[in-house]
Amino acid sequence: MGIRIGEKEFDKRVEKGLADSFMRSAVTEAQDRLRTGRLKAAEELGDWESWRDLGEEIRHHTMENLDFYLQQLSENVAKRGGHVFFAETAEKANEYIQQVVKEKQAKKVIKSKSMVTEEIGMNEALEDNGCEVIESDLGEYILQMDDQDPPSHIVAPALHKNKAQIRDVFRDKKGYVNNDIPEEMTRFAREQLRNEFLSADIGITGCNFAVAESGSISLVTNEGNARLVSALPKTQITVMGMERIVPTWEELDVLVSLLCRSAVGQKLTSYITGLTGPKEDGDVDGPDEFHLVIVDNGRSNILGTEFQEALHCIRCAACINVCPVYSHIGGHAYGSIYPGPIGAVLTPLLDEYENNKELPYASSLCAACTEACPVKIPLHELLIKHRQKIVEEAKKTEASERFAMKAFEWVASTPSLYNMGSKAASLAMSPFTKEGNISKGPGPLKPWTEIRDLPAPGKERFRDWYNKREKGGRRK
Amino acid sequence: MKKGTIHHQEAFLNHIADRLGRKRRTKGVKRPKWSTLPQWNVYQGHSPEQLVDVLKEQCQSIHTDVEETTIRNLPHVVSEVITRYQGKKIVTWDDPRFEEFGLQSYLEKNLPEQGAEVHVWDENRSREKNIQIAERAEIGITFSDITLAESGTVVLFSDKGKGRSVSLLPENYIAIIPKSTIVPRMTQAAHEIHKRVEKGDPVASCVNFISGPSNSADIEMSLVVGVHGPVKVTYVIVTDR
Repeated sequence: MGIRIGEKEFDKRVEKGLADSFMRSAVTEAQDRLRTGRLKAAEELGDWESWRDLGEEIRHHTMENLDFYLQQLSENVAKRGGHVFFAETAEKANEYIQQVVKEKQAKKVIKSKSMVTEEIGMNEALEDNGCEVIESDLGEYILQMDDQDPPSHIVAPALHKNKAQIRDVFRDKKGYVNNDIPEEMTRFAREQLRNEFLSADIGITGCNFAVAESGSISLVTNEGNARLVSALPKTQITVMGMERIVPTWEELDVLVSLLCRSAVGQKLTSYITGLTGPKEDGDVDGPDEFHLVIVDNGRSNILGTEFQEALHCIRCAACINVCPVYSHIGGHAYGSIYPGPIGAVLTPLLDEYENNKELPYASSLCAACTEACPVKIPLHELLIKHRQKIVEEAKKTEASERFAMKAFEWVASTPSLYNMGSKAASLAMSPFTKEGNISKGPGPLKPWTEIRDLPAPGKERFRDWYNKREKGGRRK
Repeated sequence: MKKGTIHHQEAFLNHIADRLGRKRRTKGVKRPKWSTLPQWNVYQGHSPEQLVDVLKEQCQSIHTDVEETTIRNLPHVVSEVITRYQGKKIVTWDDPRFEEFGLQSYLEKNLPEQGAEVHVWDENRSREKNIQIAERAEIGITFSDITLAESGTVVLFSDKGKGRSVSLLPENYIAIIPKSTIVPRMTQAAHEIHKRVEKGDPVASCVNFISGPSNSADIEMSLVVGVHGPVKVTYVIVTDR
């Protein structure tokens, strides 16, 4: 799939999202539910801010010593009989995985959910070699069956589809004859996939966090598919982004706790699975062979820069669930497998500015994302940094005005977004406001405000709107 | 165990050190003293009875049934749960605790006399055969190695007789929880594993933290209990000391 999804033109993707009323209401409802769950789960702990501080400290320390911890991890994996491959690029990762598939003469691979394998386009690479690849996460299974429809949310990938659409996909592709009740469709998927788990040659998983001290990888799931993927096939390949690592099991506890509460409002998901190497001598189930592929694919370019904190992300999607812009345009509009605020920060760094320069403007800078982040990534500040960089870059090519305004235009030309954006702007703009006028705005406003003062957006409107939403969510 | 291989490590890690603007760090990195440790405050000072209450309450939100009993009454309670699940094929771990907790003769004699098939995970049987037995079983039974009150979690360490499939493939799962295994939260279990790693003891190849039945909300965010793992789960808490 690669990191890019959907139409090339950003405004076309946005238009499409805005026109899809089911998707928009589904997204809003899902955001409400997930956000409410997170707030409740955070409240229960009582000292959520201490947890966030600790999460931030752990991520910071680990990133500053990433070379050390990755070395420790790889040595411990090898000690336990596992094989480690460090891949600088998507191509190198795919080549290695293809090679394992070839050596094992594997015809069928079963996967549990993994964003990094989507990012590197692993499925296509394996299918090109004539190997069947089956997604087993329910959401991913639905998307794959529907001619590789891309995911629109990193935790709930099929969020944009309604149950009737899903029933139709099951009917057309798998001969499903029952109704569109989620229980029945889920039962059908269980039966269909059970045989695939039992007959697959290789299981491929992602990795939520690796544990350096013991060479372990952990998987955070609810459906049980990742357990099947790692218990039944004889060969297991785990693909991890190089930043997904903690020093010891004690830090794993903290980050898993933050992840589960922030992602879905659960204390722990149904399954947290810690896997170390292949099965031990004498063990009966579990893989005979274990491969860990550690992927850079652009991540190292972020290290040592002002954007380093973007690598602290634990992929909980809390920022996505509070984002008013995501709520209006949906996940596909971002054109990246990583949508929402974190996607807008990360995608231009992992892919390139040229293809993603609109993304940092897909934000009202209301800072709800920063507040929601369990490891305190200053997301909205990173978005502002992106905008500054884009404008600076554009200046060099003497196209600053043209580009900055073009990026601003899509927001302005979309009434609901502009209204919301301008309401939201009052918060973000406050440092720039002078007697009710914006004299020096960030991002797209900057070139404009250099020429004339813009009336500052009203102070109350966004807050009113946002508070109403918050209360509405809590009442449930 | 044969040592594994590591490919392309040097260039990859040197590049990371370069990007971080310093020399490569290959040793001497210690975890700092974290400025705050809120995880240790959760249910601090709770008595075992209080922890049982926390566990029972949490089980209500994770769709898990709970039974409480004594060692003496354990076979009776387990038999009731099995009747409720209407299972005729049962798979269990090969675990000395079944004997210690007085379940062995119930499983070996009484149950088969009532017409049930009871299989024990057997390291001397082939992988395929073991998996096939677990796949056909309607009920899987294991003990909990560590139990987390806060999240309603049983922690299982895999081993020769303790296959991963037993708590995974059957539609119904029964976990027997010795009361002495209950701790406040994941923190205590993670700390225990960390201590073992520091001592040089190998960690089990699979550590499962299981909190109730499998579930999904992938279709229109509506919660469905029972996806690829067990659909129904019962915890049986046994007072063991």
